[in-house]
Amino acid sequence: MNAFYSNWLGGKKGAIELAILAAFIFIVMPLWLDIFRLNLVGKYLTYAFAAVGLVMVWGYGGILSLGQGVFFGLGGYCMAMYLKLEASDPVSTAHQTTPGIPDFMDWNQVTQLPLFWEPFHSLIFTLAAVIMVPLVLAYVISTAMFKRRVGGVYFSIITQAIAAILTILVVGQQGMTGGINGITDLKTLHGWNINTESAKYILYYVNGALLLGVIMLCRFILSSKFGRLLLAMRDKEDRVRFSGYDVANFKIFTFSMGAMISAIGGAMFILQVGFMSPSLIGIVPSIEMVIFAAIGGRVSLVGAVYGTLLVNYGKSAFSESFPSLWLLFMGALFIGVVMFFPNGLAGLYDVYLKGRVESLAGKFKKKNPPAILTPAKTELQNEL
Amino acid sequence: MGGYSISDLWSIVVMQGFSGLSLFSVLLLMALGLAIIFGQMGVINMAHGEFMTIGAYTIYLFSKVTEQYFPALMPYYFVIAIFAAFGIAFAAGYLVEYLLIRHLYKRPLDTLLATWGLSLIMQQIFRTVFGAREVSATLPDWLMGSWKPTPDIDIPLNGLFVMGISVVVTAAVILFLYRSTWGLRVRATTQNRVMAGSVGINTKKIDRVTFAVGCGIAGIAGATFTTIASTGPTSGSLYIVDTFLVVVFGGAGSVVGTVSSAFSIAQAQSILTFFLTNAMGKVVTLLTIIIILMLRPEGLFTSKVRK
Repeated sequence: MNAFYSNWLGGKKGAIELAILAAFIFIVMPLWLDIFRLNLVGKYLTYAFAAVGLVMVWGYGGILSLGQGVFFGLGGYCMAMYLKLEASDPVSTAHQTTPGIPDFMDWNQVTQLPLFWEPFHSLIFTLAAVIMVPLVLAYVISTAMFKRRVGGVYFSIITQAIAAILTILVVGQQGMTGGINGITDLKTLHGWNINTESAKYILYYVNGALLLGVIMLCRFILSSKFGRLLLAMRDKEDRVRFSGYDVANFKIFTFSMGAMISAIGGAMFILQVGFMSPSLIGIVPSIEMVIFAAIGGRVSLVGAVYGTLLVNYGKSAFSESFPSLWLLFMGALFIGVVMFFPNGLAGLYDVYLKGRVESLAGKFKKKNPPAILTPAKTELQNEL
Repeated sequence: MGGYSISDLWSIVVMQGFSGLSLFSVLLLMALGLAIIFGQMGVINMAHGEFMTIGAYTIYLFSKVTEQYFPALMPYYFVIAIFAAFGIAFAAGYLVEYLLIRHLYKRPLDTLLATWGLSLIMQQIFRTVFGAREVSATLPDWLMGSWKPTPDIDIPLNGLFVMGISVVVTAAVILFLYRSTWGLRVRATTQNRVMAGSVGINTKKIDRVTFAVGCGIAGIAGATFTTIASTGPTSGSLYIVDTFLVVVFGGAGSVVGTVSSAFSIAQAQSILTFFLTNAMGKVVTLLTIIIILMLRPEGLFTSKVRK
């Protein structure tokens, strides 16, 4: 029990943070918002999975992945394929030229279900695929890169190229993927209608619980020896390597885990929003996910959730009233957070609020120095 | 390929090869600026495409003004406008380095995010000033038309012009980097910043001008881009991923590498596009690059440096 408290919850400070987040997600939001808005918050919380994954990969691992949307999207597409197959049973698609295949295939003169769609008739396979497909892809990419000591900027650019490839592929293969319109018109999950109000509430809570579970899992990993190695690697990779650790394996693990976490988010996205489209997997959403994590404060798992909510709230508020200002605001956010608040919301809390909160609580214990964000190592510094 | 006769295939190869050469020229011009900024300074400039758009809009403005007020000068404006495109992009780059980049030299991943933010802001500014619709400059007559060496082969003049510009600019960059005092200082700063500073090179000034020159070359790329396509607020961002791949594939910091990787990527893409669909041609090209990069992470040509 004690180990659970200190490792999974992160001790007293961590437990309080988690409790506040849980109360916020499970109590404040449902009481305050109607189901439409709550569903929107649920959608944002699925992005938070990707942001939490990035905190692990980027904040702690020092690997900036610009392809987080790829894994989010793959998880989402796997889930969407199952839902779409269920929605296109032969009875409800009787008016099509070929009944029993998804509508967009029919529109594209595809007459037979492509082979890779077949296994997605099974829910068990689908749930496994949601995790495994992104995991395997991430494993292959990261093994190929990290075993050859490609890192830093190169890795970022290549992940971005992969995001570009996947988008072009999905858009180009309209008959198999639904193309630019994506996979729409989803109805049931294993016979359970996901469009009813009660289903939306249930999915919201499941989503929130999964998110908290993921954060606790990350806490556990970070509190282990692995977590310390991860930090050491981020700050001085060579020294860790010279101490006899295989740096590449740790990086591969972190990157694959980040991919898996975002894939869960992608699957939850489908269930709550009811469609999947390539606009969610490309370069732009991937880089927006980075800003969610950056606003929250790169090394704060809980902060990433607030960062995601805040940026998305800003996005919907701005685009409703001043659509043209949104891009300016987003750009300013990128520049501002990098130039002035590299530790994001969590950093602001540490600098401005933490001291007051603690002195209000009457604690005069020795203040721990806040985790200072050290810049990731550069090629340039290597040479110096 | 059964449906094509030998002479048909030959014409296809020549014409697709030529359209590959046009793509190559644009990619090369884009990549040269980026290779200087990324290869020499280690800065990732995600707003590079927007500096290209600045160049393209400069040409557009010049063509409109000339058409309106000095119609007699129409045949000549393009040459002046290219210099102006360089100058304006150079000035913008100089300013951006001063305000933004110089604070982030030690944090390359953060430059990536900050310049991405910059690119969003610049795109929005273009949209506000020039509108969301794509615009085209009125080209002088001598850029129109085509050259027909045989009845089957049709080579557009604007493509030839773009190639000419890219040859001139590449030569200028090589001269600048390897034959001028300034280039010597740039390379010294790249190799060892502290030592370069201690022998009296003003490394901060070098950084600023190097960045600005890279942006200026992007401006020229944009200017030539107007001869083959129209310009919209997001035109530049379409090329940014390809351009980065060109630079990484060629080996950062190697001009020869940049040229040859731009050539092979453009040719592969252009010829594959003909036999596959547009999207698949691009996917196959990009995938091949990534696989080659996984086998040879340092790129095609790389200076042998002990790291």
